[in-house]
Order: sequence, then structure tokens, then C-alpha cells
Amino acid sequence: MAQIRIENLRKDFGDFNAVKSSTFTIEDGEFFMLLGPSGCGKTTTLRMMAGLELPTSGEIYIDGEEVGGRRASERDIAFVFQMFALYPHMNVRRNIAYPLRSQGVSRTETKRKVEEIARLLGIEDILDTPVGGLSGGDRQRVALGRAIVREPKAFFMDEPLGALDAEFREHMAEELRALHDRMGATTVYVTHDQLEAMQMGDKIVVMNHGVVEQFGVPQDLYDWPASLFVAGFLGSPPMNVLQFDGAVSEGAGALELGGTSVTMPVTREGARGRLALGVRPEHVHLDSDSGYRGRVIATEYLGTTQIVTLAAEHGEVKARIPSDIRVAEGETAGLRFDARKVSVFDVETSRALRSAGNEEVLNHG
Amino acid sequence: MSDFSVTAASRPQKWIAGILVIGYALITILPLLWIIATGFKSPSDAIAYPPKIVFEPTLEGYVNLFTTRTRQTAEFLAENPPQTWYEAIVAKYDMTIVGPSRFGERFMNSVIIGFGSTFLSVFLGTLAAYAFSRFRIPLKDDLMFFILSTRMMPPIAVAIPIFLMFRSLGLSDTHAGMIMLYTAVNLSLSVWLLKGFIDEIPREYEEAALIDGYTRFQAFTKVVLPQAATGIASTAIFCLIFAWNEYAFAVLLTSGTAQTAPPFIPTIIGVGGQDWPAVAAGATIFLLPVVVFTILLRKHLLRGITFGAVRK
Repeated sequence: MAQIRIENLRKDFGDFNAVKSSTFTIEDGEFFMLLGPSGCGKTTTLRMMAGLELPTSGEIYIDGEEVGGRRASERDIAFVFQMFALYPHMNVRRNIAYPLRSQGVSRTETKRKVEEIARLLGIEDILDTPVGGLSGGDRQRVALGRAIVREPKAFFMDEPLGALDAEFREHMAEELRALHDRMGATTVYVTHDQLEAMQMGDKIVVMNHGVVEQFGVPQDLYDWPASLFVAGFLGSPPMNVLQFDGAVSEGAGALELGGTSVTMPVTREGARGRLALGVRPEHVHLDSDSGYRGRVIATEYLGTTQIVTLAAEHGEVKARIPSDIRVAEGETAGLRFDARKVSVFDVETSRALRSAGNEEVLNHG
Repeated sequence: MSDFSVTAASRPQKWIAGILVIGYALITILPLLWIIATGFKSPSDAIAYPPKIVFEPTLEGYVNLFTTRTRQTAEFLAENPPQTWYEAIVAKYDMTIVGPSRFGERFMNSVIIGFGSTFLSVFLGTLAAYAFSRFRIPLKDDLMFFILSTRMMPPIAVAIPIFLMFRSLGLSDTHAGMIMLYTAVNLSLSVWLLKGFIDEIPREYEEAALIDGYTRFQAFTKVVLPQAATGIASTAIFCLIFAWNEYAFAVLLTSGTAQTAPPFIPTIIGVGGQDWPAVAAGATIFLLPVVVFTILLRKHLLRGITFGAVRK
């Protein structure tokens, strides 16, 4: 059980700067996701927290104690590797018991604990088999068993579902989340899969190029992205981003987009120059009264909803609308954006402008 | 069907392949069989022409190999009849045994120097290879190249400097000197071979052990070493074969206390005529340790113990 705090964490590999300056806090018992594309520094951040890499600068606090320079073994954490890293020369029982042996736990106690964990994970029947012939799912469970047997302060997982087949991932993701909820231990989970992050995480940190782009609960990140990167990375399809030249003044409740006025949450700061309007596909509605128009170039049927792609003056707009609305390719339709859900970005800095909508989200992130 | 398709071999193809393999094996092993057979021949059978395939086996060669003998008069032999089977063998040639030969000592020297340098080469090589494989070492590539470069000329090319160096350091004709020399020659091979094997072992195993509460050294001994066993065994075999068979340095640097078997075996010829069976017996015994060592480590050479434990 632990709170983990990261302050100004930085890591350089020679000339390459893997993590620039990360700051975020993981509360006790949270299921915390480190999300980003490959090479964004999320795994390096996790490895520094675990003690497998030394930070170049910055601090890592576990339960208020600075541990940046401590050995991995002194941090009382467990790590689940993407390739599981089960000791190949040991059977399942010895793999799970291995962390206990280093602590000098007695034989009978070890046996009892290993069997308890095996029951919890449903792997009692394979305890005495070598790890070589196990299926991906069983290896995953053994790796989890080895992690939880010691009851550490926190679990660190580096894309633990990455090596599993697609059909099995869903199942394992549920199992993992259920296990977390039962044990209530702080879990830090690295993934590049935004769906996995949204589905499992209590909180998400989005990283890109070694920088923390945004940090918060999934809903906030999805609704109010702090940067153009987050807007484009989360959601499928991602947020529509319409770039335009113009100005927005502080306290404004609308902006001019191609001669049409678009209402939006009242701004808390102004900007001028190259700006971008961001709106999620589900907040775009077809409305024949709207002056902002686009030509339908594609429709994609998804059951109850459909994704309609329109070519508008400032680029393509995707709208997620009920599939019973008839839309024909080639027709022109008016577009209305949900006024409560519009974000405005400064393209120069890629940051979102503060508004009545996102100020709470951006303030604590 | 193209010429490059992979299909099951037909029956005649298998027969032909089998005959070729067995034929090649026979050609390769023939000199070895010849040596072993010669060891059990009498001196006259050994030099008989045409060569005798079928002969009456005798242990004369082995007795001669392990003993020093002296010629006696018939009267002396009549007064002192042979007491044992090996005395009876030499008595046929009017000889008595006056003591053991030097072969036992030389053979032990070979064992000490060969296995000693093999152990050191593999021990130091494993540590160095692990460091090169896992840690950020300044000038790593240059150092690895430097290590390789020590083998870019035949070691005997530096025989004279080494001879002089050994003389002034008092290492000539010592076990320690020969062990150091063979270790130095073998180290580059062992570092390079073992680095390859250790590179293949995913770091995550050690990292898992580090997190599971073990020190770096414990992770090395308990997780890395068992998995590097295959590599260590094959490296050890290569090192032993080199050190065991080395002739040139042994001739140059040893003469008495530390002389190994290779320079000693040819000297057997000179003792009382051309005693080919004794030479062949010496060569046969000399072969045994490497053969036994290789057979003992064979399962490590064949077994891929990491198979299936990692999903790549």
C-alpha cells in the first residue's frame, strides 16, 4: 500500500533524452496507467520507479521516502515484465516461491503462501510443471503469482498483456483489474493501447517524447485534452481538429470559424494566430440550419452508430451519429458542434486554452 | 516442383546419404583406430608390412610406456624369475623393470595445466563477458576488438618474447607459467563466445531477480549462470582442447617439472629402439580425458534449456 510521487524526473542515455521532466502523483491503491506511443519514455519512467534505471535527476517518493538511488530490492515493489521473465530453469512452484526465498521465509510458510496464491490465480494444477510448456495465459498468471506472493507495496507492470493473443487479452485485462480490486495495492501499468488504458485505469498519464502531456482520470483526459497530442492519441476515431487563423479573446463564448459563429465554453485566456478547434466525433451533429457545412465523403456503419466523414473548409470532420439517420455520400450537410464540449488549442504551443469547460481538469493536471 | 523445394527424402536418397556419412566418419576415425590398435601390438606386428589387421593383442606397449627397463644377462634372469605379469612381458626381451617412466608425471602435468587453464579461462571469461554484455563500459567496442586482436596472429609468433619474459620472471618450466600462458591465449576466445551466449539471455531475468530481492551477484549466480551453462560447457571444451593439445609452447617453455604430455610422447621413441606400440599407447591414454570431458558435457551442448520460457 503506497503513494508514489514523481518529481521533475529526468533520464538521459548519453545524448538521448528519454524522459524530460515528469511530475505526477499516484495515490494509494490506484490503478495507474502510463500511456503513450513507443519511445515516449513511459517504460523508462517505470523502470526508474522500480530501481532498474538510475534517474539522471529528479526524485521518486514511495510513501514519502525518496528512493531514487535505492536498489530495486530495497523498494518493496514487484514488477511484471512484458515477456514475463519466468526463470526458465525452475518449475512454476519455485518461480512463485523465489521472492520469498530471498527474504528467508520458512519452508512451510512458503509452501502455504505459494499454494494460496496458486488457488487465487487458478493454477494449482500446474504448480509442479516446468514453465517451458505453459500457454501464454498461464505464464502470465505465474508471473502475477510471483509478483503478488510477497505482498509488496506496489505492482509495476510493463505492457503485461502485450505478449498475449488478442482474444485472450480482454479476459486477462478483466482478471487483472479484478485482482487489483481484491488486493487494493497500488498498481502502475505501462501500455501503448489507449483503449486498455481507458478501460482499466483509475488515472492515466499520457506521455510523448519524454514529456508528460496530461495526467488525470480517463474521462477528463478524453473530454478535455490538455494538448493536441492527447486530443489525437485518445479516442477512436480521435478528436476532430480544425485549424484556422484567428483570435479568441479572454471571456469570449464563441469564435469565428469560416464565417460561422461557433459557441463554446467561456474562455479564461485569449490567444491569436494559428488556432485549432477540437471536438469529439460524438459531439458533432448534422444540422441543416448550421452555416458551417461539409460534404460527406465516407460513411462507416458500426451497428447502433455510424461514423460520417465530411470534408469541410478546415479539413476533415468525423461525426458519430445514430445509424438510423440516412446520409448519402456526396451530399452536403450542416455541422453543429456541441457548445459545451468544444476545446480550443494554440497550435504554436499545442496547448489547450483554458475555458469554463476544462479549467478544473487542467488546474490539477 | 522446383529444385529448392523442401520435401521428404526418398528411400534411396536416405540410403545414399547414410552411406556417405558413415563412409566419411570411417575415413576420419581410421587414424584413431589405427593408433589404438597399434598400442596393443607387439613391436614386430606394429612395423609388419603389409600391415596386420588381425593380430594377437599384447600389453607390451602399455608396460613399456609406464616403465623404464634395463637389459640383463640370461643368468641374472634365470636367478630372478619374473614375479608379475608385466615383469614376464619384459623378461621375453631379456629385460627387467627398474622403475616407473616419466609418463605418469607428464600426464598429470597435462591434467593440471590443461584443466587449470580451462577453469581460469572460463571463469574470467564469464565475468568479463557478463560485464561486456550488461554494463555500459567506456570504449566497449574498442576493448572487445582489442581482446579479439590478441588472436589475430598465431600465438607462437611471440614465442621468443614470451620465452625471454618467462625466463626473467622465473616462470619457465612451472605449472603457474603454463596455466597463465594458455589462459591468456584462450581468454579472447572465451570472452567472445560467452558474450554471445550471455547476450542471448534476456536481461529481464536478472531484473526480475533484482526486484525479487536478490543482489546483482546473486542474480548472476542463480539466474544467469544456470542459463549460460550451455555456453560455458562448450567454451570449456574449446579451451581444454587447445590447452591439452598445445605442443609448440610446451616444447619451448617446459623441460622437466612442468613438461606436458605432448612434448613427452615423441621422446618415447628414442628409448631402446623405435617403440611404436608405446608411442601409440601414450597417444591413446592422452586422448581419453578430452573424450571423457566432452562426453560428460555433451548434454549441455545439446540441450537448449531456455526453450519455451520466453515468448518473443
